[in-house]
Amino acid sequence: MNTPENKRAGVKVTVKGLQKAYGSQTVLQGLTFEVAPGELFVIMGPSGSGKSVLLRHLIGLETPDAGEIHINGQPLDGGQIMDHYRMAMVFQSGALLNSLTVGENVGLYLSEHRLKPPAEIQRIVREKLELVGMAGTEDKLPGELSGGMKKRVAIARALVVEPQLILYDEPTSELDPLIAVTIAEEIVRLNDRMGATSIVVTHDRDLAFGIADRLAILLGGQLRAIGTPAEVRRCADPEVQKFLTTDFRFKPQT
Amino acid sequence: MFQNIGEMLILFWRTLQALPLVLRHRQKVMDQMFEIGNASLLMACILSFFIGGVLALQTGPVLAERGLSGLLGGVVGISLCKELAPVMMSILIAGRIGSAMAAEIGSMKVYQELDALRTLNINPVHYLVLPRMTAIAVALPTLLLFAVLTGWLGGAVVAHYNQSIAISFATYFNNLEEVVELGDLAHGLFKTFCFAVVVGLVSCHQGLVTIGGPRGIGRSVTKAVVNSIVLILILDYFLTRLLLYFEE
Repeated sequence: MNTPENKRAGVKVTVKGLQKAYGSQTVLQGLTFEVAPGELFVIMGPSGSGKSVLLRHLIGLETPDAGEIHINGQPLDGGQIMDHYRMAMVFQSGALLNSLTVGENVGLYLSEHRLKPPAEIQRIVREKLELVGMAGTEDKLPGELSGGMKKRVAIARALVVEPQLILYDEPTSELDPLIAVTIAEEIVRLNDRMGATSIVVTHDRDLAFGIADRLAILLGGQLRAIGTPAEVRRCADPEVQKFLTTDFRFKPQT
Repeated sequence: MFQNIGEMLILFWRTLQALPLVLRHRQKVMDQMFEIGNASLLMACILSFFIGGVLALQTGPVLAERGLSGLLGGVVGISLCKELAPVMMSILIAGRIGSAMAAEIGSMKVYQELDALRTLNINPVHYLVLPRMTAIAVALPTLLLFAVLTGWLGGAVVAHYNQSIAISFATYFNNLEEVVELGDLAHGLFKTFCFAVVVGLVSCHQGLVTIGGPRGIGRSVTKAVVNSIVLILILDYFLTRLLLYFEE
């Protein structure tokens, strides 16, 4: 787990009364929660519950109708927050730039901001790709990769930023169980190693309870439970229990 | 429509603000210019060769009937460099390059690549719009020079070989040299530069506001081309009025 030393790398995220509606459809209904520096926080909920919309608000891709988001006490809405804190997001689809190679995608942050010389960027790209088990793919185009590989490249791209806050949108969706476990291990390992605050949005219960320091259940745009995995399991809300316990076992087990 | 115009003006202003960064993005500008030149130079030359030819074919016999065929070089020369080549080249580029710009940026929008850029603290206007606008604003006037020269040549070939005109190359080019001044070429270049900005702006804007999936991208491409052509033709009238006012 995180030591107090590396926890300092992460940022504190505070969300107060966050509301968002698209037309007449209310998606987020006054969400309030806090994520501690270096914490691995999972937001879980069924499809369409507003998880991805919440995540997009947390990195400034959406503007809330009401409410506030603070990073280490500074409001997110100024648009300058990215200049003060390093933040990254791993999109559900990977969102790799299709016209760039894997290597160019991973090194994009460093090359565009001219943070390192080209040789150093190549070294870092190799290192990050190796970290996510994608060594030797620098010259491939995203179109040549499978869904799981794209996701791992997207994680490598996010790691290059050395983020203080890293957001994962459905990191294990569309992946087979073996790769899903590898990605989950990667998320935990990176959280431990870099001390970045990690917020994971998922509807995968195994992933959520397997990696979370704390988790929240989002149903119909409302936070219905929040706490450690054990606390959430004990939540008395019948909707939450239904979401947590429904499974595929229709036939009696022999 | 007014919202679109407002958004385009804001995009234009943001691109102008980003102009000092153009040297940082020179590789992207060069890539885009190569794309524009490579995709359009041959087509532009063929198109203007035949425009020049048709112009000579239409006006040559009328002038010849009145014993004025010696003036054909000037007529073709002026018409091409001040009006026909700027408008036709800009329309060609709107169809070939503007559509590609709208499709590329539109698909990046639809597939969250623009969001990914924002999360990496990379401004899409700096990364995508600035290099494209700069490239088209430089490449289109350059294409115009090639187009004007091949158009003049096309006119000369028709003027010489068409039986009802049949003037020598020397007569044609002497008259052209006599009539066409450097200011006329500057007139055409200025108009083309303005049209290039319009095509770049409309296409990038349509790409950035794309919503939906492949259908949305298709809609943006169509709107980019149609709006560019309409704006080119409207702007052409007002720019011509303005430039004629200054020439008086």
